[in-house]
Amino acid sequence: MTQLILFNLFNGLVIGAFYALMALGLSLILNLSGVINFSHGGFLTLGGYLAFTLAPWIGFWGALLVAPLLTAALGCLIEPLLIRRLYGRDPLYSLLLTFGLAFIFEDGIRTIWGPQGLPLTVPPILAQPLSHTLFFLTGYRVFMVAIVAAVVAGLFLVLRYTKLGLRIRAGTFDLETVSVLGVNIRVLRLMNFGLGIYLAGLAGVLAAGMLGLLPTLGGSLIMPSFVAIIVGGLGSLPGTLIGGLLIGTASGLVTVFLPSASEAVIYVIMGVVLLVRPRGLLGEEGRL
Amino acid sequence: MNGSLTDGPLPKKILSPHLIVIWLFLLSLPLWLLAIGGYYSIVTQVLILGLAAMALNYLLGFTGVLSFGHAAYFGLGAYGCGLTIKFIAASTPLGILVGVMVGTIAGALIGALIVRLRGVYFAMVTIAFSQVFYFIAFRWNSVTGGDDGLGGFERRPIDLFGFTIDIQHNQMLFYYFVLLLVALGVGAMGLLLRSPLGRAQLAIRENERRARFLGLNIERHIWIAWVISCGFTSLAGALYALLDNFADPRLLYWTFSGDLVIMTVLGGMRSFWGPMLGAALFVILRDTVSSHTENWMSFIGLFFVLVVLFFPRGVLGMLQRRKGG
Repeated sequence: MTQLILFNLFNGLVIGAFYALMALGLSLILNLSGVINFSHGGFLTLGGYLAFTLAPWIGFWGALLVAPLLTAALGCLIEPLLIRRLYGRDPLYSLLLTFGLAFIFEDGIRTIWGPQGLPLTVPPILAQPLSHTLFFLTGYRVFMVAIVAAVVAGLFLVLRYTKLGLRIRAGTFDLETVSVLGVNIRVLRLMNFGLGIYLAGLAGVLAAGMLGLLPTLGGSLIMPSFVAIIVGGLGSLPGTLIGGLLIGTASGLVTVFLPSASEAVIYVIMGVVLLVRPRGLLGEEGRL
Repeated sequence: MNGSLTDGPLPKKILSPHLIVIWLFLLSLPLWLLAIGGYYSIVTQVLILGLAAMALNYLLGFTGVLSFGHAAYFGLGAYGCGLTIKFIAASTPLGILVGVMVGTIAGALIGALIVRLRGVYFAMVTIAFSQVFYFIAFRWNSVTGGDDGLGGFERRPIDLFGFTIDIQHNQMLFYYFVLLLVALGVGAMGLLLRSPLGRAQLAIRENERRARFLGLNIERHIWIAWVISCGFTSLAGALYALLDNFADPRLLYWTFSGDLVIMTVLGGMRSFWGPMLGAALFVILRDTVSSHTENWMSFIGLFFVLVVLFFPRGVLGMLQRRKGG
């Protein structure tokens, strides 16, 4: 029983790390540009499939490096073409446009790679269990958590200590003033969007190694990412991280006792948070 | 912008010429529908989806509140109706009543949680909440039929003062039955929008802060508008379950919420009848595209993008603007 609980708890933590990685990208874009990117899941799926195609040529490690960058590059193409036209408009239109994009992504991926599931083979060194008693600690899962932790730490360091990070944080509070101070906010939003999409692509590669690939992969991860942002609090990246990990582990734990409620529980958590603390766990006051 | 309240998008008189035209069109439809190669199932579907889109527009267009999760209440209406007829009593009116009650009560409870949120945050929370009901319908196999959907029930004829109206087998009678309920729903929403309550909603849409300074209880008004909207959406859902004698879990999925929003935007958010027109256009487009290509999802997605980029005011919005100069 302890084994089972530990297994599901760890599993939940891994899933929560996905949610967090995806939600951090969503959060970045939402905070600076006010756009809810429904197509985030599409970018995530694309990252996974690109890794699948690249892996035979450049290996898993090469794909892990290149596929997210390619995904981000596509994001940097789509931002000036479509997303930029949404800035400053009613959020309704950003929802609808990215919603349409999500459809195009899913259908395009199904057309190119087919509707059946595809595996992304991970290197043998990562596939082995690390310990015989704690069998669920495969190298890949531990590796995933480690890489997510490293990327998240890197993201927070970039935001804290680089000029770009400073501008993104300042823009989150008052983009107009940042613009008046001489920062090119077009470029800032473009780079910020690319950064968010990079995180989605990376999450896609990691997810593909664990869950396998399906055209609907991203669509099934997007709603929990929304919940992660809401639970953590709008406008707070640490909140988003905590929100993602919290709902992931909660979902893992509930799987042990009531498997059929494992999806519903995250929405229950969201309901409780909204009831007790409408702005989210770490959300700032007055930013509803 | 069509801003002023006296001059708003609603006709001042209850019976205006265009209203008579719309109702004559809908009432006479069965006379010529089959002759032009139409089907009852598709026009009835348009009526039902149009009611849902108009109910959604009660929030989007006339209160200025962005709900992206109305699939939940549509689906709850459908499941409430279907489950009642299947398990409790084989009565069409009872099914509809229960469907509407289930949807409205769920709306009232969730509404109380979210009325203080605004804008993007409100939209995200409404989308996310709608997923709960999807997972319940999806997982609770023994009752809801899970992924396969809820079947095994049929709409029943209606007994009225000794007469039996056979809406079960006669598709035309079912069309008129749906039309009657849609008319009641649409009429009720139109009257509500003309009442002081509706005027207060328009004021909130135009300028929430000023409305608050005038002493309006914003949260309560938004909650009331939300519950009204959810109620009529679940009425549409209940009728939808009767149309196919089936409730599909995908009616609860967040993509269906998107469909309802695009119908509303396509027809014109600032016009009362726009969403009904949007529903008709959307259904025609979806059926045409999906019968011609496997990649209908891409076309629908592209359609969403194009509407946002080039057509954000919708059909009736553009016409109104042209007329207004």
